[in-house]
Amino acid sequence: MDSVLLEVKDLFCERDERILFDNFSMQINAGEVVQIIGQNGSGKTSLLRILCGLSDAYEGELFWQNELIDDVRNSYYQSMLYVGHLSGVKGTLTAEENLQWMVQLDNSLNKCSIAHALKQVGLYGFEDVPCHSLSAGQQRRVGLARLYLSSAPLWILDEPFTALDKQGVAEKEALIAQHVSAGGSVILTTHHDLAIPGKNIRPINLDELART
Amino acid sequence: MSFFFAALKRELLLVFRHRSDIINPLAFFLMVAVLFPLGVSPDPSFLSEVASGVIWVAALLACLLSVDSIFRSDFQDGSLEQMLISAESLWLIVTAKVITHWLVSGFFLALISPLVGMMFFLPEQGYFSLIVSLLLGTPTLSLMGAIGSALTVGLRKGGVLISLLVLPLYIPVLIFGAGTVQAGVMGLPIQGYLALLAAILVFSLMLAPVAIVAALKISVRS
Repeated sequence: MDSVLLEVKDLFCERDERILFDNFSMQINAGEVVQIIGQNGSGKTSLLRILCGLSDAYEGELFWQNELIDDVRNSYYQSMLYVGHLSGVKGTLTAEENLQWMVQLDNSLNKCSIAHALKQVGLYGFEDVPCHSLSAGQQRRVGLARLYLSSAPLWILDEPFTALDKQGVAEKEALIAQHVSAGGSVILTTHHDLAIPGKNIRPINLDELART
Repeated sequence: MSFFFAALKRELLLVFRHRSDIINPLAFFLMVAVLFPLGVSPDPSFLSEVASGVIWVAALLACLLSVDSIFRSDFQDGSLEQMLISAESLWLIVTAKVITHWLVSGFFLALISPLVGMMFFLPEQGYFSLIVSLLLGTPTLSLMGAIGSALTVGLRKGGVLISLLVLPLYIPVLIFGAGTVQAGVMGLPIQGYLALLAAILVFSLMLAPVAIVAALKISVRS
């Protein structure tokens, strides 16, 4: 269970003439939950965007399963699921159409269980409603329904619990526990008190890194 | 290939759900055609003389008006991020987007251009060259406009910049497009003009998707 999925070496990132992290290294093993902690503006989102290849504003090296990410970009993208601040949900499309497109984009999502995933996130009966008429929490749920379809080993989640109700958060925590038990890993940021049943959460505190 | 059709289907569905995107460029095109004679001169001989230029300028500006929105909404709701970290080729999505933009702006413009030609007393031998030149020229406008759109999508106010970036690229298309119609009106052979328009189209068809993909990566990743 101790194989290294993602490795970061000597990461340096500067934003608006402020150094967010310098000489930052970390490893993410299979079966691990890593929570990135830090104040607003401490660089949590910047770090996650660097990890999933959505930012070039860094120096340092990233490795996916001991290979440089730039060399294995396509297979990395297939093994990684990113849910960002922006959910990627189109307001004019229905929940089902949105998920169908996401499945097209990402081969690691399972096409057959869209209806099941929508039921899981509590949107049963809302499949045919355009997403702009859903509530903020429901739109969030459409984006998170991808987690139920995913077979990717690494999940990168940026504030996944924003706008979710308590029950929704508990369901996602259970889902994360299940994913981790199956050998997957999760990197996430949240200001919510995370409680993954039966799992240890490894915290990485960006505020402390900035001070040292 | 099935991925390309899925992308095309999504784009067409998005346009169909947001119909003002279709109506806006057409309404602009028609408005210019209606207002120009009122503002300048309703004299038929004058109008038929300037018809080719005015119709082409109106089509070009109508296209420019809608080009800004090609990637805007995908950028704002995060769909673009997901497209960038997909293992599927981004240029297929980009091509689907440009084709949809052309269908909505250029293709429909070319279809209603005879109506506008009639309002400008365009001599009847000019209609064929008008439609064909628009059909050949407007895809280039969409392709080049998409480059500007991709470069400016990350900026808060990209509207002015996009015109500055794209207008110089539009000028050859305008010159040869209007020239085609002029030649058609005067009964001269138009094959040379059409060949040039087609050559510009093939050239931009090859290079623009690469440029658009690179521009999108710059816009999102920096």
